[in-house]
Amino acid sequence: MNDWNFMGYRRENGRIGIRNHVIILPLDDLSNAACEAVANNIKGTMAIPHAYGRLQFGEDLEVHFRTLIGTGCNANVAACVVIGIEPQWTQRVVDGIAETGKPVEGFAIEGNGDINTIASASRKAMEFVQWATEKQREECTLNELWVSTKCGESDTTSGLGANPTVGNLIDKFDDAGATTCFGETSELTGAEKVCATRAATPEVGQKFLDTWQAYMDEVIEPNKTSDLSDSQPTKGNIAGGLTTIEEKAFGNLQKIGKVAKFIDVLQPAEMPAKGPGLYFMDTSSAAAECVTLQAAAGFVVHLFPTGQGNVIGNPIEPVIKLSANPMTARTMSEHIDVDVSGILRREMTMDEAGDKLIECTLRTCNGRLTAAEALGHREYVMTKLYRSA
Amino acid sequence: MATPHFLVHDHVDNVGVIVVEDVEAGQDLTGWVMDKDETITIKALDPIPLGHKIAVVDLKSGDTVMKYGHDVGKLVTDAGKGHHVHTHNAKTKRW
Repeated sequence: MNDWNFMGYRRENGRIGIRNHVIILPLDDLSNAACEAVANNIKGTMAIPHAYGRLQFGEDLEVHFRTLIGTGCNANVAACVVIGIEPQWTQRVVDGIAETGKPVEGFAIEGNGDINTIASASRKAMEFVQWATEKQREECTLNELWVSTKCGESDTTSGLGANPTVGNLIDKFDDAGATTCFGETSELTGAEKVCATRAATPEVGQKFLDTWQAYMDEVIEPNKTSDLSDSQPTKGNIAGGLTTIEEKAFGNLQKIGKVAKFIDVLQPAEMPAKGPGLYFMDTSSAAAECVTLQAAAGFVVHLFPTGQGNVIGNPIEPVIKLSANPMTARTMSEHIDVDVSGILRREMTMDEAGDKLIECTLRTCNGRLTAAEALGHREYVMTKLYRSA
Repeated sequence: MATPHFLVHDHVDNVGVIVVEDVEAGQDLTGWVMDKDETITIKALDPIPLGHKIAVVDLKSGDTVMKYGHDVGKLVTDAGKGHHVHTHNAKTKRW
């Protein structure tokens, strides 16, 4: 598998990153302004603003902490500054990230004000960025790579072309010992029983079905409207020819290939712990929510098939977009990293399409910016389980 | 085989997906049944956009829509062979 080696950053805990970000991470919505000021002061750093973090409690708060700590722990992050309104929760995030061994420091605004906090945090961010920019890439093997996938603005060409192209890659990477992940609990509705048969053991299959049923019982059933208010399928899905959630679900499932079996079911933003293999994560099917959770679980490169043309990116996990829709590949070409519309014209086999995606993935791992990175897409969206206290 | 007008995932499917732009009513279409690698022909009876489905057999209200070899919904009005199948005549069984 030497031809699938790539040049990555080996972190203190042994995990492999393909980017070398120094991030300025807010604990809460109130700290976004200070984080953005630090990132503006210190070139080569990146603030990751988001909307939540106050008065959350219970499992909703745990998902928030897991997402923030996981983001800082991701191997695409070299070092991290955390800013929060108050010191205790800020320190909890710092301590979680520090377990990786990477440089991390927290700053609290209460008692200091924005300006003094920004000054102290900027000095630390400058130290981190000068340290991080001396890091060198080294040769890594595919079994050290963590790859996630989620599709968006899907249409029927997704199920015919782009999603099975990802599936072709997943099967090949599974053989090579990579760690991979799919999610989108609600969007497997209609194909949930078939999905369960793709579990490595009956226990994992039951865990998946229990997870899917809980999403139905707790999220969908109490709130459901006809066609889920045109959210499953979406207006875009329908414009692209998808009629029902079942049709969308079977298209979605093409992303896990024909052979690979998923070895565990993860909670939102939970890091895989069973070694290399395919994992299912319980996520929303909204693109940015799902990718944010996968990045927080440690995945370093994302494969995103689209039909009608979703433009999503993520601040720390490069998002590679592919499409089999010839109109999208033509009218939104600046967003599409891999055009597999040749599948629909019978000019390209699925195996050839999978190899083309592998080539783009490895080039991305070596440092080539994705379309979403070049266009500045940094969607970072917290999953909220229920209203705050 | 030349570039197909529509693709059918599985030979048990009763709908195919148009994969070219601007299919018009009355147009003779060539389809590729992917799992069997067979070619079929159908006359389109509606204009059907790229990505939208065409009935490859006569479908009656209440029939199950088959795609990927699986149940993906039901017909709520009849759709004869060659007609457009979408939200105007098909519906989910889930919500």
